Amino acid sequence: MDNRFVYMDYNATTPLHPEVKKAMIADLEVYANASSMHESGRRARGRVEKSRKAVADLIGTRDPETIYFTSGGSESNNTVFAAMYEIGRKAGAGRRKIITTAIEHPCVLNSAIHLRDEGFPVVFIGVDSRGRIDLAALERELDPARSEGGPSLLVSVMAANNEIGTVEDIGRVAALARAAGAFFHTDATQAVGKMPVDVEAWDVDYLTMSCHKIYGPKGIGALYARNKAPLVPLIRGGHQEKGVRAGTYNNLGILGFGVAAEYARAELADYGRRVGGLRERLRAGIVGKVPQIRVNGHQREFLPNTLNVSFPGAEGEAILLSLDMEGIEVSTGSACASGSLEPSHVLMATGVGPELAHGSIRFSLGRGTTEEEVDYVLEKLPPIIARLRRMSTVAACVDVVGDNNEHSS
Amino acid sequence: MSDAFQWLYSDIVKEHFTNPKNVFDPDEEFRTDAEGVVGNIKCGDQMMFLLRIEEDRIADVRWKTYGCASAIASTSMLSEVIKGMPLREAYGIKPADIARKLGGLPENKIHCSVLGDKALRAAIDSWLEKHGRTGEFKGEDAMEICHCLNITDKDIEQAVKDGARSWGQLQEATKIGTVCGGCKVKAEELLHEFAHIYGD
Repeated sequence: MDNRFVYMDYNATTPLHPEVKKAMIADLEVYANASSMHESGRRARGRVEKSRKAVADLIGTRDPETIYFTSGGSESNNTVFAAMYEIGRKAGAGRRKIITTAIEHPCVLNSAIHLRDEGFPVVFIGVDSRGRIDLAALERELDPARSEGGPSLLVSVMAANNEIGTVEDIGRVAALARAAGAFFHTDATQAVGKMPVDVEAWDVDYLTMSCHKIYGPKGIGALYARNKAPLVPLIRGGHQEKGVRAGTYNNLGILGFGVAAEYARAELADYGRRVGGLRERLRAGIVGKVPQIRVNGHQREFLPNTLNVSFPGAEGEAILLSLDMEGIEVSTGSACASGSLEPSHVLMATGVGPELAHGSIRFSLGRGTTEEEVDYVLEKLPPIIARLRRMSTVAACVDVVGDNNEHSS
Repeated sequence: MSDAFQWLYSDIVKEHFTNPKNVFDPDEEFRTDAEGVVGNIKCGDQMMFLLRIEEDRIADVRWKTYGCASAIASTSMLSEVIKGMPLREAYGIKPADIARKLGGLPENKIHCSVLGDKALRAAIDSWLEKHGRTGEFKGEDAMEICHCLNITDKDIEQAVKDGARSWGQLQEATKIGTVCGGCKVKAEELLHEFAHIYGD
């Protein structure tokens, strides 16, 4: 038991799917430039296009031409905001307002802040105590008669939150944005591969995804942009990706992405059932074994793999490192682990207060998680919390015990 | 596992984190002559020192903390260092002394270790006050600037001497103004003043 290694940080990144690894090793020496006209180049290009199709299939579009390969989620998100900047900065642009949420990933938050610094009206919509965005506030902000900033150019709302796992009602949000004449973007980095994602049913203009969250390699991602949705290059150069994203094709990354997408699609139903069951085993176990906790995030609309729990009285980084010494790898919303002086902006936006934010731990499960691993965590966690609470100056005094036991489907 | 742990914290930090010394056990009887509490849950750590004082020496010590591994380890180390120490000497201990004894702390973790010595000084101050010796060890006219974290103008001066030049760097070094922020204007004035004195 002493050398146990339990990885429960799949929302941070995932290991390669065995089939992805196999395919990548087999293609390691395919070096041809996928833009070259000769046979090797055409063959490499064929693989790129096959991957594009697999990625399109994974997010429910029949048109692979809507998929642009990028270096990952951050680049995809930045690309959307760069396009909005180009449209909104033009003299006489009537639509300039950018609406996003308080719980986005830093690459969206900072892109929005950048536009605000450039003089765009930018609004961050709040969320309720479970992380669901305030739709009434969104409707108000979309209505120039009832809010500042004029007509909206872009609404960007993440599909599922990386920290607390709350899933937003993207179809509804997209419809509101569309009715107001704004473009709609969703960062689906955490949603893809964990829940059904369908750009056509959701009716979105842009969707961001990242490969390394779905058991593929790092350094590759994609942006879905509906036909005719405006795009400008972040990286200028050659004609790759229809001139939207220059740079020699990352053959191996794209190949890995394609295989990862195929398996994510094929295994989705099984993933939801199996990983969701393990998450529930972990949740019920923690609720049963550790007094005075709060299960964060939404109680029905949540990612099947994500469990965020606050342990008031114990500090998150101390919990994380104690678990780490037992071979259990998780993450925390504590300020001490973030390198800043602020705890998780997501938990703070849900209004739980600093004590619950500092004492929060995110367990994110995945394909590799087993029942034995969950039980091992349930064995090691309670004494760690008890030890830290015993030496703590802060008495755990939280009545809210999250009864997060209903599944979304 | 230990190899991976090492890059984040020294073995000494790890030892004091996993087996902290002199932690107050709620079930034990500990005669307390002086108590000091500083910090605030809002910024993620809080520290309490309990002292037994005999003939102006710290005869025994207990502590509790709500904080990260650095906070726990540095408080534990501090409690070991001050046992048996004359009050006046203990009063002068600085976070840097403790960090050094711990074999160093990661740069971004220094601010997690600044509360222990403050809680200790708060305990000693309260004891001096109780014995009609109010402020006996305080530096000449140290003035409290940040009332949430008991940070004085001396602390700001020291931080500037150590290189802090901006509000952010001052916060990194002292945690000043991370609770209510009410001291920011006064603290920034002092920051500029000391930066002018010690600046390059």
